[in-house]
Amino acid sequence: MDCINQLAQCLSAGGMDSGLAEFISIFLGVTLTATFPLLVTILLIWVERKFAARIQDRIGPNRVGPFGLLQPLADVVKLLGKENITPQGADKPIYNFAPPLMVASVLLIWAVVPFSPYHIGSDLEIGALYTIAVASIGTLAVMMAGWASNNKYALLGAFRVVAQLISYEVPLAMAILVPVMLAGSMSMQDIVTAQYGMWFMFSAPVAAFLFFISSQAETGRAPFDLLEAESELVAGFNIEYSGMKFAMFFAGEFMHVFTNGVLMAVFFSGGWLGPFAEQAPILGAIYLLGKASVWYMLSLWLRNSVPRLRIDQMMNFNWKFLVPMSILNLVVTAFLLQVIKQAGLGPADAGNFLQNIPQTLILLLGNGFVAYVMLSWARSKGRAARAADEAKKMNAATAASVAVGD
Amino acid sequence: MNVLNEWAFIGVFFLLAPLLPALPIVLGGVFAPHKPNAIKTDTYECGVETVGNTWVQFKVQYYLYGLIFLVFDVEMVFLFPWALAYKQLDFFAFGAGLLFIFLLTDALFYAWGKNALAWD
Repeated sequence: MDCINQLAQCLSAGGMDSGLAEFISIFLGVTLTATFPLLVTILLIWVERKFAARIQDRIGPNRVGPFGLLQPLADVVKLLGKENITPQGADKPIYNFAPPLMVASVLLIWAVVPFSPYHIGSDLEIGALYTIAVASIGTLAVMMAGWASNNKYALLGAFRVVAQLISYEVPLAMAILVPVMLAGSMSMQDIVTAQYGMWFMFSAPVAAFLFFISSQAETGRAPFDLLEAESELVAGFNIEYSGMKFAMFFAGEFMHVFTNGVLMAVFFSGGWLGPFAEQAPILGAIYLLGKASVWYMLSLWLRNSVPRLRIDQMMNFNWKFLVPMSILNLVVTAFLLQVIKQAGLGPADAGNFLQNIPQTLILLLGNGFVAYVMLSWARSKGRAARAADEAKKMNAATAASVAVGD
Repeated sequence: MNVLNEWAFIGVFFLLAPLLPALPIVLGGVFAPHKPNAIKTDTYECGVETVGNTWVQFKVQYYLYGLIFLVFDVEMVFLFPWALAYKQLDFFAFGAGLLFIFLLTDALFYAWGKNALAWD
């Protein structure tokens, strides 16, 4: 019997109580799935620092170990020896529970990430909805941290973050609706296999764009790093944290960025799909992490090249551009899918690349239309705003010159 | 794996996920020094002593965004089943969905027109 993939059956065949065997296999599965992203995070800290350093024309960590690879471990040891200071008047239970909750909110997403056709923590029927649901626990952790710290900077930072995180959740969820619609399922495994013929990145590029941008905002990275805003709020919601608790907030953030890459890979670029992934499941995991790394690098690139937005610009960008765009995208995609279905242009075999081409082309045209409409609308709005602004300045100048008696 | 096991996995995950990151924090508590004093545990405000209560009144705008978000989030939950079953449905489903989304969009533009989205 295959004792790795069917541990529960194997143990109960060996004479163990079946309920206990079931529990042990679940417990081991959870431990594996939850430890993996935590270990990856240690490596990610190095990747991120090196990447940022190269963009800024520096060398980055290069002293501890080969290429500075052991730098994160050295940092962990250092942080273990740092004192945990609890500020006066802090609400202790909430203050202490916030950092683990922040990490947990990201870890929980990994429960439904499909690594290969056979390796997935739990293939829930509502996997896609589950990812949004657990990711929003992070918002709660931030609010708890900011509120319980008994510090005005922390509280102001937390208000900003919560406003930002809940706002960007709207286009995020709207963007996930499109792959769900295309796949006809919310199970992560089904969404991956539905992309066998064509990745959703090509049939729904606008949804992919929306998901990428709003997940960048959900992690609170530049250009949406209002929650830290070092120069304005000193550090934001985590200002009163120190030592390992502080480190946990950052571990959560680093892990969130990579997890978003994984979700991009699953929803839009075929997850574990790739040559021979069915025969050798380990290849599936490599493809998944490879694709996730590409999205991760893109996110780092964005982070290191774009300046921070002002809070009103950020909220306007979301509510006045991304949300209308996601609504329009949803309507256009739904309409085109019905047209394709009625006209019989859909693929008879969803796994066939060639049969997918007509549908993809039609959807691509629709996406182009959405992008064109939104951009020209934003441009006309921008022109009107600038004209109004200039007219106001002109009037003020005229009034001033009249007052002087020029 | 049957359906119950799928959720048992999630249940165990929910219990374990906060414990794993809590582990290094506990370890830190063991290894790190612990010498609090009044100045060290004072609320940090760039060296100035804090004035008044921390839990101050906040800008009403945050509350408005919260309300708009609530509208959208609830509507989103209703859109998920629609999107899920969409492939099996006909043009009527598109019309019904369109009506629903129209109401959503209408709410957004109403809030916009009422200046609920302006930040100043």
